[in-house]
Amino acid sequence: MGAQKIARIEGTALPMRGDDVDTDRIIPARFLRSVTFDGLEDHLFEDERAGAAGAAASRHPFDNPQYRGASIVLVNRNFGCGSSREHAPQALQRWGIRAVLGESFSEIFFGNSLMIGLACVTAAPEHVRELMTRVEAQPAVRLRLDLQAGTCTLDGFSCPIALPAHARDALTTGAWDTTGLLLERYEEVDAVGQRLPYVTGFQGRA
Amino acid sequence: MGKTLLQKVWDLHTVRTLPTGQTQLFIGLHLVHEVTSPQAFDALRARGWRVARTDRTFATVDHIVPTRERARPFLDLLAEDMIASLERNCREFGIRLAGLDDSRQGIVHVIGPELGLTQPGMTIACGDSHTSTHGAFGAVALGIGTSQVRDVLASQCLAMEPMKVRRIRVTGLLSPGVYAKDVILSIINRLGVGGGVGYAYEYAGDTIERMSMDERMTICNMSIEGGARVGYVNPDETTFQYLKGRPFAPEGEAFDRARAWWQAIASDRDARYDDDVVLRAGEQAPVVTWGVNPGQSVPVTGRVPTERAAGSDAKAVADALGYMGFKGGEPVAGMKIDVAFIGSCTNSRLSDLREAARIVRGHRVAPHVNALVVPGSASVKRAAEQEGLDQIFRDAGFEWRGAGCSMCLGMNPDKLVGPQVCASSSNRNFKGRQGSPTGRTLLMSPAMVAAAAVAGEITDVRGLVAEQVEA
Repeated sequence: MGAQKIARIEGTALPMRGDDVDTDRIIPARFLRSVTFDGLEDHLFEDERAGAAGAAASRHPFDNPQYRGASIVLVNRNFGCGSSREHAPQALQRWGIRAVLGESFSEIFFGNSLMIGLACVTAAPEHVRELMTRVEAQPAVRLRLDLQAGTCTLDGFSCPIALPAHARDALTTGAWDTTGLLLERYEEVDAVGQRLPYVTGFQGRA
Repeated sequence: MGKTLLQKVWDLHTVRTLPTGQTQLFIGLHLVHEVTSPQAFDALRARGWRVARTDRTFATVDHIVPTRERARPFLDLLAEDMIASLERNCREFGIRLAGLDDSRQGIVHVIGPELGLTQPGMTIACGDSHTSTHGAFGAVALGIGTSQVRDVLASQCLAMEPMKVRRIRVTGLLSPGVYAKDVILSIINRLGVGGGVGYAYEYAGDTIERMSMDERMTICNMSIEGGARVGYVNPDETTFQYLKGRPFAPEGEAFDRARAWWQAIASDRDARYDDDVVLRAGEQAPVVTWGVNPGQSVPVTGRVPTERAAGSDAKAVADALGYMGFKGGEPVAGMKIDVAFIGSCTNSRLSDLREAARIVRGHRVAPHVNALVVPGSASVKRAAEQEGLDQIFRDAGFEWRGAGCSMCLGMNPDKLVGPQVCASSSNRNFKGRQGSPTGRTLLMSPAMVAAAAVAGEITDVRGLVAEQVEA
């Protein structure tokens, strides 16, 4: 399955401060009552945003007109913890986010994001702080993430970013859609099943 | 050098190393439910793929099922659409389904074990983060998202990263009124909600070894709340006795062969761990969360922390106190509640209901409290009714409902209203988690929820347990 190659991501950013931002906050469960992912972006962080009527009064970064059009979210520690709902990265991606840069991520959120080509990259806490401060002072500043070189650059500042080798390779070579890869040598999958006694009903020698 | 259970299971299920460097891991059991699967089935249809191993796949409905009025079509048309979609998908792809009217229906993490589908040494995947529950049997159980559900449906495999193993040894006797829930909440409080990222948690020590399977499931269930995607307990005689006679467990000589294999899958005595932690259970008190993540908890005898004392966590504490409407330094005992919820994949099994019923027997729910019990499965419900537990709860003023996830996440009509405070036996106290954007959740054991329901406020269940012993 050939997917899009994602090696560089460039755009403005949006700071979403705070540790342990859970997926119930990103997309509340009641919006999961659908058989598609369509329209999830309309409910991103819904319960902490003012809603359409009061958007002007809201202080939520996703309501702030200065960050409209951002393609990178800046986050702190353990972003995306809690529920395994892929609806969370789906909602972010459908809103227009193409990368999340933060101190650390929950494992399931990281994996779900990778599966849909949403890059999650980490940076040192002091660099995340610096990036957030700069973006808040100058929301129009454009960030350039180079996944291969492992750098985040903007006018007058640059810092290293990291992502596991497998994630970097998957994104930069367009191999992040795994199903095709897993089906490639199905006879080997079958062979493993045959070797597992619980699959064959514990019929053979223990 | 010996191996851990995780390493053994990993090695046995490894198909190959993928070009990306990840491990292609065979999945021995795939559990499916209505919320995280529809888009995955659509993807299979779009690409003309079939389900690779229908014999290793089992589905049920839990997240959105109404627990009161279950007549079809549901009043909630979105919910109806999701259930109908799962029914259609299971028919089309040939997957076994314990549907709404099936005697086996229930929360996926309750029915897997009670049907004997969950067994030691397996790899298990499900589109739900609380899949870690199945680790109680010595399985490596992974919560996954919808694209990975697609992967498992189509290929019976996942592309995985290796995990480190942290052994958490719990030692000592738990006092009456102190439960597995209190132990796991303490572990999360100590190691942090992100402390387990990159790790599998192996729960060990004499306290864990003495625990029933229900209790071990409560512990493993909340591994993910500590950031650990996987949590497990080495299988032992308690595990084997639980499995014996279950519908999908091996029988006769096959069971004996299985037992030998299961025993061999446990971590070796000289296994090497990436980290080792010890927790003394003898000092354990009942625990209550006061904040907006499961790590923000104190013993019931304690007080809500102050911002000032929280140091580097001051911001998080201030944010949590602001949302919860609590004052720093306020004692936890005596906090008024509006709703009492006994249920969820963490604590809705028969033993949980028995403990809660023991507390409420002969008492009445406080007049201002709405209290409900939602059994984890149709089978738990039947067993509880046979013992008369439903009558005890009803007599006390609890509602007795049908099986499902219910108010743990408010995807069905069971939701908090406005800023209600809920004493809950579930697993997450995130903002808005129980269906109201301003709703407030206090996590605790089912017995503590029962005690709070009766008192109308948070109270130390140990007092009530002691009363019973004297009487």
